[in-house]
Amino acid sequence: MTDAFAIQTFELTKYYASTCALEQVSMAVPQGKVTALLGRNGSGKSTLISLLLGLIEPTRGSARVLGEDSGRLSPRTRGRIGFVGEGHPLPGFMRVRDLRGFQASFQPRWDDSLFATLIEHFGLLERSKASSLSRGQKAGLAMALAMAPRPELLIMDDPALGLDPVARRTLLEAMILNTRDAGNTIFFSSHELTDVERVADQIAILDRSVLRVCCSLEMLRARVRRFEVHVALPREVDLASIPGLLQARRLPERIEITALKHPGTLNRLSTLSGGAEVEELPASLEDIAVGYLTESKNRVSLLAATAAEVTQ
Amino acid sequence: MDFEPKITTGSTSPIFRQIVDQVRLAVAHGRLTEGNQLPSVRALAERLLINANTVAKAYAELNAAGVIDTQAGRGVFIAKPRQPYSAAERRRRLEPRLDALLTEALHLGFTLDQIAELLRERARRLADSNSSGKSS
Repeated sequence: MTDAFAIQTFELTKYYASTCALEQVSMAVPQGKVTALLGRNGSGKSTLISLLLGLIEPTRGSARVLGEDSGRLSPRTRGRIGFVGEGHPLPGFMRVRDLRGFQASFQPRWDDSLFATLIEHFGLLERSKASSLSRGQKAGLAMALAMAPRPELLIMDDPALGLDPVARRTLLEAMILNTRDAGNTIFFSSHELTDVERVADQIAILDRSVLRVCCSLEMLRARVRRFEVHVALPREVDLASIPGLLQARRLPERIEITALKHPGTLNRLSTLSGGAEVEELPASLEDIAVGYLTESKNRVSLLAATAAEVTQ
Repeated sequence: MDFEPKITTGSTSPIFRQIVDQVRLAVAHGRLTEGNQLPSVRALAERLLINANTVAKAYAELNAAGVIDTQAGRGVFIAKPRQPYSAAERRRRLEPRLDALLTEALHLGFTLDQIAELLRERARRLADSNSSGKSS
């Protein structure tokens, strides 16, 4: 592998019949880092992950994973990739020890003591049948099966989905354990922003099939600001004209705006509000994610829209 | 090695910034002094359940500011305090805070003597909590 990227995509596009699932996604996932993929349900996250693993064919564009075309991954390269699928699919009739033996038999780098430690921490027994496991235990087994082969690249599709707080914490620990080897890369999708903030170096945001962001968490925080305007603007004032607007919330006595840091933003806000006090504040990861993922028609929030009716 | 920063997620302050601020605060208040050892990057990351790169970034900034000293193979230590500012510059930096304190205190009806006594009392309490609170 010649590049420092574990994953690179080039205008990766996928249509299901005439429905676009992924539109010209070009991104680079640095090797040795943890990248979190954010996006609403149906935004194309699972499609992107399936394309990376070569499970489906792109309509246009291409992806390179560990230096190889994702559609033609060699068995050797496949062995360097660990995958945890959405909902932790497992063959229900098999017992934990059977799955262990089955995987270990063809994984050259299989670490059996790591497998044993992981299943113990997720509260699993060797004799348990996969179909009898709780969600947390299924997640644990799927993680153990993906991590024990010591993959250089771990790809996970919403591994925290439906987990209770204890199982989620163990999952987080397992992810951090995986980064002990500094060369290892993790690419995972999630809605759990507190976990993402803890483990991710890089953030990618997919919004309705389009990649909006792919950069370091630090750069993303530097790029987005929250503005508070301490005045109730008349409803006819057009907030959509604010440069770099991501989201605006109208409250009875003020307006909260999430917007890209742009020299024109503060000026525009001052003009709109007739010189009222405008505060510029840093944004939390949640502000940023919600800002990017809010559809334009909802940019004036539900509660604020209702409050405006009441005051009139 | 009993110092451990506490981090909050969901904050507008990035995690690495929270670590930097807490180490600086602990040094300023004497909870950490020259030669005290901090956990390694990996150890702190695993205790706080965060990405090791985040801790590395915080330590890099503290290193650059001369607050800590990373000695290869030995560990991370609180550095010898260094005073980068001249006497005049130090005064210039403190004066706005003094002005704010005085304005507030005089408005609330304290006399200058009472303010001075309150400052001394406050400093004594901080020193006490540092010596008794070290194990926490």
